[in-house]
Amino acid sequence: MRWYWIDRFLEFERGRRCVAVKNVTLAEEYLHAHFPGYPVMPNALVIEGVAQAGGLLVADQRGYQGNMILAKVPKAVFHFDPRPGDTLRYECTLESLRGEGAVVQATVRCGDQEQGEVEIFFANAAHGPRARQLFTDLDLVTMMHYLGAYQVGRDADGGPLRPPDHLQDRLSTLWLGTAEP
Amino acid sequence: MPDKQEIFQKVQEILCEALSVDEDEVTPEARLTADLGAESIDFLDIVFRLEKAFDIKIPRGELFPDTLLQDERFVKDGKITPEGMEELRRRMPFADLSPLEDNPDVKNLQDVFTVDMICKFIEQKVAVEN
Repeated sequence: MRWYWIDRFLEFERGRRCVAVKNVTLAEEYLHAHFPGYPVMPNALVIEGVAQAGGLLVADQRGYQGNMILAKVPKAVFHFDPRPGDTLRYECTLESLRGEGAVVQATVRCGDQEQGEVEIFFANAAHGPRARQLFTDLDLVTMMHYLGAYQVGRDADGGPLRPPDHLQDRLSTLWLGTAEP
Repeated sequence: MPDKQEIFQKVQEILCEALSVDEDEVTPEARLTADLGAESIDFLDIVFRLEKAFDIKIPRGELFPDTLLQDERFVKDGKITPEGMEELRRRMPFADLSPLEDNPDVKNLQDVFTVDMICKFIEQKVAVEN
């Protein structure tokens, strides 16, 4: 199993907002232990999904440089537990962004119901004395590609969202390619 | 322009949200770390919230001068040097530096960060920007 807690981007507006979906399926191993006979997706994994969608929104706006990592969850309110068969919709907005950190707010919807509200605070791990490289720009762009961000995304001017030019060749060699506008 | 009471109320609200503390804990003399349990990551969260609430820009190091501590001229053997104290007075006219004047140990810097210090910083900041 791979640590992907969103399945696809439906919308992606550089530097502003994104909408990602997560399909909950009984094929996922953890549901059989959480709980035996009553499978529900832990809301901690909803937070992880929001952090992945919001984290890519932040990373894209920063040109895939730096290492913004989930540092704090100032707010997480949930109204019910997601169950197999549910499609969760993570609607994320980039509230603040600067070199040292970023804030993303998200509303989680399941059908026509609001499932939760989450606020994620990201800190730049590349800052300060304990600086670390956690992801390469290629890692982040690859995730964006898998999740369809370049198929639905728009850049700041409303044009199609594209990975940085210097990564296009490397992506091609990985047989990933990118969607044509 | 907000008055002192309005600034205090907003700061109180921000600290309650950022640090998950009760309103009655956020007194003017409360220290962010020792009394309200703030950790390093919370300081940046607080700066973001202050910027939004008061519609101001707070450049890195202006409210909490973390970069100063990495400068060898200002910190030696875990203590803030006289030059460092001078720099702090210059950069933080809104702060009561007496905990450091009594003992310039670097770890005492966190006792300077109080609720009142944030309020005074905001008062000066909004006065300049308006």
